[in-house]
Amino acid sequence: MLYAADLACLKGDRLLFRGLSLQVAPGAMLRIAGPNGFGKTSLLRILCGLAHPEAGEIRWNGRSIASDRESFHRTLLYLGHAPALNDLLTPLENLRFACAAAGDDVDEDVCVDALVRIGLADQLDLPARVLSQGQRRRVGLARLFLGIRRSLWVLDEPFTALDAAAVADLATTLSDHCAAGGVVILTTHQDAPFAVPPTVLDLSEVAA
Amino acid sequence: MSRTLGPFAAVLRRDLLLAWRGRADVLVTLAFFVVVVCLFPFGVGAETNQLRSIAPGVLWVAALLATLLSLHRLFAQDHADGTLEQLLLSPEPTVLWVVAKIVAHWIATGMPLVLVAPALALLFDVEQGALGVLVLSLALGTPILALLGAVGAALTLGLRGGGMLLALLVLPLFVPVLIFGAGAVDSHLSGTGADAHILLLGGGLLGALALAPVACAAALRIAVE
Amino acid sequence: MMKEMKRPERGKSLFRFAAPQLFYPLAGALAPWFAGAAAVLTIIGLWLAFFVAPTDAQQGEVYRVIFIHVPAAWMSMFVYLIMAFWSAVGLVMNTRLSFMMARALAPTGAMFCVVALVTGALWGKPTWGAYWVWDARLTSQLLLLFLYFGFMALTEAIEDPRRADKAGAIIALVGAVNVPIIYFSVKWWNTLHQGASVSLTKAPSMAATMLAGMLVMALASWAYTIAVTLWRVRPLILERERHAEWVAAELDALEGRI
Repeated sequence: MLYAADLACLKGDRLLFRGLSLQVAPGAMLRIAGPNGFGKTSLLRILCGLAHPEAGEIRWNGRSIASDRESFHRTLLYLGHAPALNDLLTPLENLRFACAAAGDDVDEDVCVDALVRIGLADQLDLPARVLSQGQRRRVGLARLFLGIRRSLWVLDEPFTALDAAAVADLATTLSDHCAAGGVVILTTHQDAPFAVPPTVLDLSEVAA
Repeated sequence: MSRTLGPFAAVLRRDLLLAWRGRADVLVTLAFFVVVVCLFPFGVGAETNQLRSIAPGVLWVAALLATLLSLHRLFAQDHADGTLEQLLLSPEPTVLWVVAKIVAHWIATGMPLVLVAPALALLFDVEQGALGVLVLSLALGTPILALLGAVGAALTLGLRGGGMLLALLVLPLFVPVLIFGAGAVDSHLSGTGADAHILLLGGGLLGALALAPVACAAALRIAVE
Repeated sequence: MMKEMKRPERGKSLFRFAAPQLFYPLAGALAPWFAGAAAVLTIIGLWLAFFVAPTDAQQGEVYRVIFIHVPAAWMSMFVYLIMAFWSAVGLVMNTRLSFMMARALAPTGAMFCVVALVTGALWGKPTWGAYWVWDARLTSQLLLLFLYFGFMALTEAIEDPRRADKAGAIIALVGAVNVPIIYFSVKWWNTLHQGASVSLTKAPSMAATMLAGMLVMALASWAYTIAVTLWRVRPLILERERHAEWVAAELDALEGRI
């Protein structure tokens, strides 16, 4: 269970939000909504522990994430705006590195299967710099199809640049993750066919 | 391979692979080193005795500048493409993969300098007995430069004019390394023996290895915030 | 323990640390007193230096520059240590005011460095016959000035104040660890390369009045540093805490006065 109390976020000169509290129970999906510039990405980064809130605190399963970073990050999978791809490496090398850096032991076959499933069968051995925007995003998303046991997924605009079939596939995967007791927190501009519609937190309503 | 060493080995392997695929960058650093060293005779005159006496200093200053120029590449690409965020979210200790990145960086940029330096020293007619001391001093000293420089590179990550700022931050910190590095060759040539200098460089390397990665890890967390 | 104590405040105010709010008026009240003390001490110190202290047998009247040079050199080093201290406090306790203190101190430390270098050069011309000699102390002083420049350039270059604070704190600490190493290495290098044999601080045999003058000048520079830092930290506090209610009230009051 993810619990955040009284969060405030200051970006440069602007107070993006204050007094923001939220609670996400196992099996739930939370969608952060709001116009651009209201701090959706900032909130996701704060929830991941990448950025510090100006005030407030975040607890994961009852323990403050600031005091117990390592065990919190063992259960977290975050996919941000930038796809974390190096142009000189192939999608497969990038994916395997992402897993190894996160401390996950994943077989090469499993990585290949995930990349094929997300539609990159022909690009496995090409350097990432020749991929299109959509293909680059998919390499990052492939980590969601590896079956790694990480219960908290935090995804920043996972559906952008995906075609309809990929959107449906991803939505099913996210729904399955929740059905298995996981937690998904995401931002998205488009509707996706989720099994259960997510709870929505609109940042324009809590803006300072 | 133990679990904790996983990210260390993964980062080391990946960065060495990237250095190999982008080897043009590595060669530019090396070429810079060679060209700077070769400029000095044009500036100070080709009188052999004079060249011989300035050789240790020239080689060391050139190695220091070449290291400095390569430093901004250490984290810039990973910062731009989001890899740094993912690394910082790794549950394993940050210091481990920071050390892996610095080691890989040194193997790709520092080690070639160490290997080429004796050949350049011959251009300055340095006696052959001193070449071993030169290589040893560079082999111990350039990793210290990489470790200290990594802190500066992390602090200036993504800033406008970051390169100049990085130089301003780390050059004063490089002075002791320069003194003991060039001093080692000098005192070997003057017959007093380089042991003390080499020991101090070794001690400095251990100290830098213990402290710099911690500061660098803290600086990286601040930089992505 | 700390966490338990802080928790009740959290609900009430967005900004956890009330300290800047309390410190702002305190700094305003204390600064004039330190400024006054600095002025009085400087007058006494200069009077001792130029009229009471005897002429040096070897160096003549030139030596009197040490009454400015030595306190400035001391102060430039103390200020760096104090900066490193506040930086460490800031990083460990996460108190904003500590970072602001570090940033308010830096220009004064750099100023004392420059004073020490310029007076050193002025003394060097008649004594060594050159404005600059690569003397261990002067060289270390120059490197210290570069460390100050680095700190100030870094904190100015980063736009996000929180990142600037923490990055500055890290470089201040890294510098503080390196200052003794730099000093030791420069000294070692200097002895190997036959540096100047006359040193600015060792030269005159200290008469009691000389010592007194030097100490009074040192106290004056402490008072000056404290006064200037307090004045410099006040606008920093206002700027950083501008989202807090008390700053708005303070600014309204200021406007009313003008």
